[in-house]
Amino acid sequence: MTVQSTEVASGLTTEGRQELLRRMILMRTFEEAVLRDYHADKSPGFDIGAGLIPGEMHLSAGQEPVAAGVCAHLETRDALTATHRPHHLAIGKGMNLRSLAGEIFGRETGLGHGRGGHMHLFDPATHFSCSGIVAEGFPSALGQAFAFQRAGSRNVAVAVAGEGAANAGPFHESLNLAALWKLPVVFVIEDNDWGISVARAASTSVPSNAVRAVGYGIPGLRVEDNDVEAVHAAAGAAVARARAGQGPSLIEVHTLRLWGHFEGDAQGYRPELAQVPDRDPIPAYEKRLRDAGALGDEELEEMKASALTQVADAVEHAKAAPTPNPDEARKYVFVEGRIS
Amino acid sequence: MSQATAAAAHRPLPREPEPGTRRLNTAKAIQEAIASQMAADPSVFVMGEDVGAYGGIFSSTTGLLERFGPERVLDTPISESAFIGLGIGAAVEGMRPVVELMFVDFFGVCMDQIYNHMAKIHYESGGHVRVPMVLMTAVGGGYSDGAQHSQTLWGTFAHLPGMKVVVPSNPYDAKGLMTAAIRSDDPVVYMFHKGVMGLAWMAKNQRSIGAVPEGDYVVPIGKARVAREGADVSIVTLSLSVHHSLDVAEKLAPEGISVEVLDLRSLVPLDRGAVIATAAKTGRVIVVDEDYRSFGLSGEIAATITEHDPSLLKSFSRVCVPDVPIPYARELEYAVLPTSARIEAAVRKAVAA
Ligand SMILES: Cc1ncc(C[n+]2csc(CCOP(=O)(O)OP(=O)(O)O)c2C)c(N)n1
Repeated sequence: MTVQSTEVASGLTTEGRQELLRRMILMRTFEEAVLRDYHADKSPGFDIGAGLIPGEMHLSAGQEPVAAGVCAHLETRDALTATHRPHHLAIGKGMNLRSLAGEIFGRETGLGHGRGGHMHLFDPATHFSCSGIVAEGFPSALGQAFAFQRAGSRNVAVAVAGEGAANAGPFHESLNLAALWKLPVVFVIEDNDWGISVARAASTSVPSNAVRAVGYGIPGLRVEDNDVEAVHAAAGAAVARARAGQGPSLIEVHTLRLWGHFEGDAQGYRPELAQVPDRDPIPAYEKRLRDAGALGDEELEEMKASALTQVADAVEHAKAAPTPNPDEARKYVFVEGRIS
Repeated sequence: MSQATAAAAHRPLPREPEPGTRRLNTAKAIQEAIASQMAADPSVFVMGEDVGAYGGIFSSTTGLLERFGPERVLDTPISESAFIGLGIGAAVEGMRPVVELMFVDFFGVCMDQIYNHMAKIHYESGGHVRVPMVLMTAVGGGYSDGAQHSQTLWGTFAHLPGMKVVVPSNPYDAKGLMTAAIRSDDPVVYMFHKGVMGLAWMAKNQRSIGAVPEGDYVVPIGKARVAREGADVSIVTLSLSVHHSLDVAEKLAPEGISVEVLDLRSLVPLDRGAVIATAAKTGRVIVVDEDYRSFGLSGEIAATITEHDPSLLKSFSRVCVPDVPIPYARELEYAVLPTSARIEAAVRKAVAA
């Protein structure tokens, strides 16, 4: 089944709608800050390994509606497994911004004390994890859901991945097993039209992964535009279903990768690039709320200012934090005191 | 030793071109080898993620789509088991696939196809079925890409029988070894280190650009190369570490420390004769390996020498990744990589002993 935003009776209060916008603005503000520091010290002559934030950088600008819409339904103890493009989801799940920034900057104060990096964020406080290996978040979400089911809790696990990842074996194996064991899982596919340079049509045999879900006996829904309220509605139903013990479901959102696959990607393969900025979902949602009388200038300014303050605090904290001690590079391979 | 390898061992290597001739980076040298083999043999095709319009994330396939079209240069879904397995099946039917696994770190999702199928079919069939396939993949760290994108892992592939494992260190070898790999009737795992490709967006090793002949030539798989002659201590190594070792050798020469650098060029087959020869010459051996230390290449080199003649060695040491996932933060990553500083310290220790 496919939904368009116009069909969605939002059921959201004005505060609820503003909260979605607020979260999206925070996600974007954070990524803009990372973008600045990532590139600022890599010129002249872009060198991926140089500078304050070295390594590959996959930013999620444009995909905020997925994170805001889904995470609005999640409690701290619900689990979320994300991908190599994790920041929007980490923030949506409520990750401490200082810990997130600390890890991205490779500092001792980061979530993994600088061991993991931006693709490998593990946060027991928010039950958040992610992986640089495509589709590998699906199976572990099953396990978290299994543990919740066994514990008799109402908690759910959400597994997010791209449409490219949905062509990998773990996706299919996970859908089947989740359906078979009625696990409280919500599969979320972020279809931004592109694997790195490979278009969805050239990689996926069906127009929508909702169809594939149905093939595994799971309800599947495709949200056809990048609208946070449509995502919110779809995720609300899926999470409620999982909490009620009725098993997994899948939501695919047709979203947008505003920037390159990773920073430094010239995107020569991307013919529609010129139109992409116009499809930015955040200004679109701002306008929609304004038009509905649900948002005024002052509120919007306050949201932006608050996001800037929080992000500035996190980034300053990261920059001021110590780098890890090279003599401790082998620390954390095993649990301290248990090496045999 | 097969007849072919024995013959190759006695054939002189093609002469490297004189300085001043055409220079390419390693990525272009690889592209050129693939292109010339595709032009020569219609059964050769290229397949993998982002190998088409993108030209390979590490530029191993740039220009091939434009020249040979989408029938012979195929972008795949992110379905490594399926497309690597497809390569195996096509090879069994006589095609010669060159399949890219984007980063070697991703082998976990498709290893069954690699080690239980690609590498075993020829043996299981009693030699009746051949799998003339090249699996090429990027290895190596040094740019903060974290624990899932920075490994070398060649020891893992070399440990499992049935596939040749080649790892060029420079453009000349990269072209000659790729040509040999595509022409090989055995499955070949061809690993290129990101740090020797000469990519615009990465810190470049000074030797990632070098002279490459225009015509076809083969660097035989299984023949090591003495990258620098020396008398006091031997560094046995491969890939990017060859360059760090050469830098150290150059630096120490004025102090009267003479370092020999042996570039293995392949792990399978391993040129054990060359390893023994350099050990016999200097008596002091250091293995520099960007793979994990335990249960890998460095232990194999030690075993090779001592099984041959334990009295050859006056000293032996290894500079490897100390059995820790590659950390993200630069300070930590460079503490575990086999850097020039670590190699230099090992050489000084060896000659002082
Ligand atoms: C198993 C595996 N294969 C390949 C890759 C390389 N890779 C990283 S991201 C990516 C594209 C992912 O596309 P998609 O799932 O649609 O997510 P998006 O990047 O569009 O958010 C690829 C091929 C990987 N990380 N893991």
